[in-house]
Amino acid sequence: MKKILSILLVLSLITVAVFANGGSDKAAADDGQYKMVLLVKSLGNGFFEACDDGAQQAVAELGNMEVVYMGPSQSTAEGQIEIIETLIAQKVDAIAISANDRDALIPVTKKAMAAGIKVISWDSGINIGGRIIDLAPSNAEFIGRQQYQLIAELTGNKGQIGILSATSQATNQNEWIKWMYEEAKKPEYADMEIVEVVYGDDASDKSYREAVGLFSKYPDLAGIISPTTIGVLAGAKAIEDEGLQGKVQLTGLGLPSEMQHYIEDGTCVQMALWNPVDLGYTATYICEALITGKITGAEGEMIPAGRMGEIPVGADGSAVMGAPFVFNKSNVAKFAAIF
Amino acid sequence: MSDNLVRQDRLIDEFSFKKRISRLFSSWEFILFLTLVGIFILFSFISPYFMDYFNLMNASLSFAEKSILALSMIFVILSGDIDISVASILALSSFAMGNASVKGAGSGTLVIIGLATGLAAGIVNGFLVTKIKIPSIAVTLATLSIFRGISQAILRDNAYTHYPLKFAYFGQGYIGNSVIPFEFVFFLVLAVLMGFILHKTTYGRKLYAIGNSASASRFSGINVDRIRFINFAVNGLFAGIAAVLLTSRIGSTRPNIATGWELEAITLVVLGGVAITGGKGNIFGVVIASLLVGYLKFGMALVNLSAKVMVITTGALLITAVLVPMLLEIAKAKQKLRSQRSELKLERKAS
Repeated sequence: MKKILSILLVLSLITVAVFANGGSDKAAADDGQYKMVLLVKSLGNGFFEACDDGAQQAVAELGNMEVVYMGPSQSTAEGQIEIIETLIAQKVDAIAISANDRDALIPVTKKAMAAGIKVISWDSGINIGGRIIDLAPSNAEFIGRQQYQLIAELTGNKGQIGILSATSQATNQNEWIKWMYEEAKKPEYADMEIVEVVYGDDASDKSYREAVGLFSKYPDLAGIISPTTIGVLAGAKAIEDEGLQGKVQLTGLGLPSEMQHYIEDGTCVQMALWNPVDLGYTATYICEALITGKITGAEGEMIPAGRMGEIPVGADGSAVMGAPFVFNKSNVAKFAAIF
Repeated sequence: MSDNLVRQDRLIDEFSFKKRISRLFSSWEFILFLTLVGIFILFSFISPYFMDYFNLMNASLSFAEKSILALSMIFVILSGDIDISVASILALSSFAMGNASVKGAGSGTLVIIGLATGLAAGIVNGFLVTKIKIPSIAVTLATLSIFRGISQAILRDNAYTHYPLKFAYFGQGYIGNSVIPFEFVFFLVLAVLMGFILHKTTYGRKLYAIGNSASASRFSGINVDRIRFINFAVNGLFAGIAAVLLTSRIGSTRPNIATGWELEAITLVVLGGVAITGGKGNIFGVVIASLLVGYLKFGMALVNLSAKVMVITTGALLITAVLVPMLLEIAKAKQKLRSQRSELKLERKAS
């Protein structure tokens, strides 16, 4: 019986060896290649797999990088820390992390940076001190201005615009709305005005009622901006139910998977959100620039980021990719399958 | 006449059968050890980074806390119970420390709060199991939700991230100027302590008796419920210890901290040769299993195997550990039946 047990255990070891050879093939191929790990919150998430697609696009363009996609089986900081420990042991060149915890990863990423590894965070950042650069998909100014531009395109730069926000205390939305007002000051929007901001509290039913309220209060309403995924969905439903398609335009920040139907039937012709493919792509470019010494992460440096153009490094290593990605009839189906 | 013979035969057979089983289990640790050596040899060939003193020591940080959970879990499982709430106790304990830290508690106070919270949660489990007489699987299934639920309800999407600088030593510190993590040494010390209690004291002997037959133990004067109660309390305390170490290591408390660790701890115990039905097993197996799983995962991560493959491999190891002894027992029993039948036939022919 010892024999049987030993045989089974040896078999399981051989299995590991077979799998592992696949891994070491990669290692063998990395002569002169810089090795970067794209560390995501957890495996089995379409959003992050799309990020990896973007990273591989950058790899194809750059030619000197190899990107390995990794993540824990559950989205915990502990799982990510375990992986980072082994990456330190392997002495990879760079790690780009979408963090499960802003602070919990700092001790281990500090250890990694002390070992000469370039660490950046993206999507979900690590606090200052735990990474060289933090790549945000967008910032308040980009988002706010773009939202207003999107609705202006739909209403032909005129008419009354209502804003359907989340809660009245939501920091993000309030900041974005501030920039919408800022954008509205431009001369080309002279025939447009923001008539009211209403709050749906990120609840579907309240958002729906607030949208309907806007229709009755402003019979000439030309468009609604809803910079929240729940609000934009409720707004679309309200427009459809009231038969106002084409009369009241809608844009906002929405999930392609939730909004596909309304984008395809024209209720919401275009909306925006960050694009995971671009995120992975840009993260890879940033790592390459740090490894090869093109940048050090100091404030004011310009990161060459391929098709995304040049991205400036801001205070405390913060970098912003750009305006959110615009989804419309032509691309929504593709992204709806992802997130 | 022939009936008596058969009975005697059975007695002798069972006696030697038990001996053989005990031999099998004493050799299980040996096989685990061989596998561990095999893993070391294998990975030192396929990864240049594996056989590195610093790396090997550092890797112990990734499994020390889970292994500590396993140490006290042995006691619970040996006496025929189960505790699937340990990771939630860990979360609650970490939450209590985070809350106290925000209010300005020092390192010493935090440790006491962490341990006390763990112990208290363990006592709740023990009380429900032994006084209210609810089966341990049901009790800990409920407390699994409740203990973590408390921190989820209060913390929501936030985290406690401010801990005193000194508090970082438990999880991030090294012994003196060496590269040996404090956590790893602490795990070994606890293993020796628990091993001593399990194998050298009457308390340990009683555990095996309870695991084999709780009612027989009761009739022979063992206070079964008291021992089971203590097991749950100690298990909670150890979850508190793990909470101190993990919270100190990552310096942050989130409601999802240590999700799923209860299963990893139970995996180590079962892989270590402790029968899930109780009564069988020892501490060496579990310690070796801890190192085995820890370094197997470390090695697999070094060659960039996906976390999914790792989970599958650990699962396969576990099934091997549980299934093989069972299959062997079944094969044994069949063989015994066959030989008995042929003996009966012989007897009949003779008569």
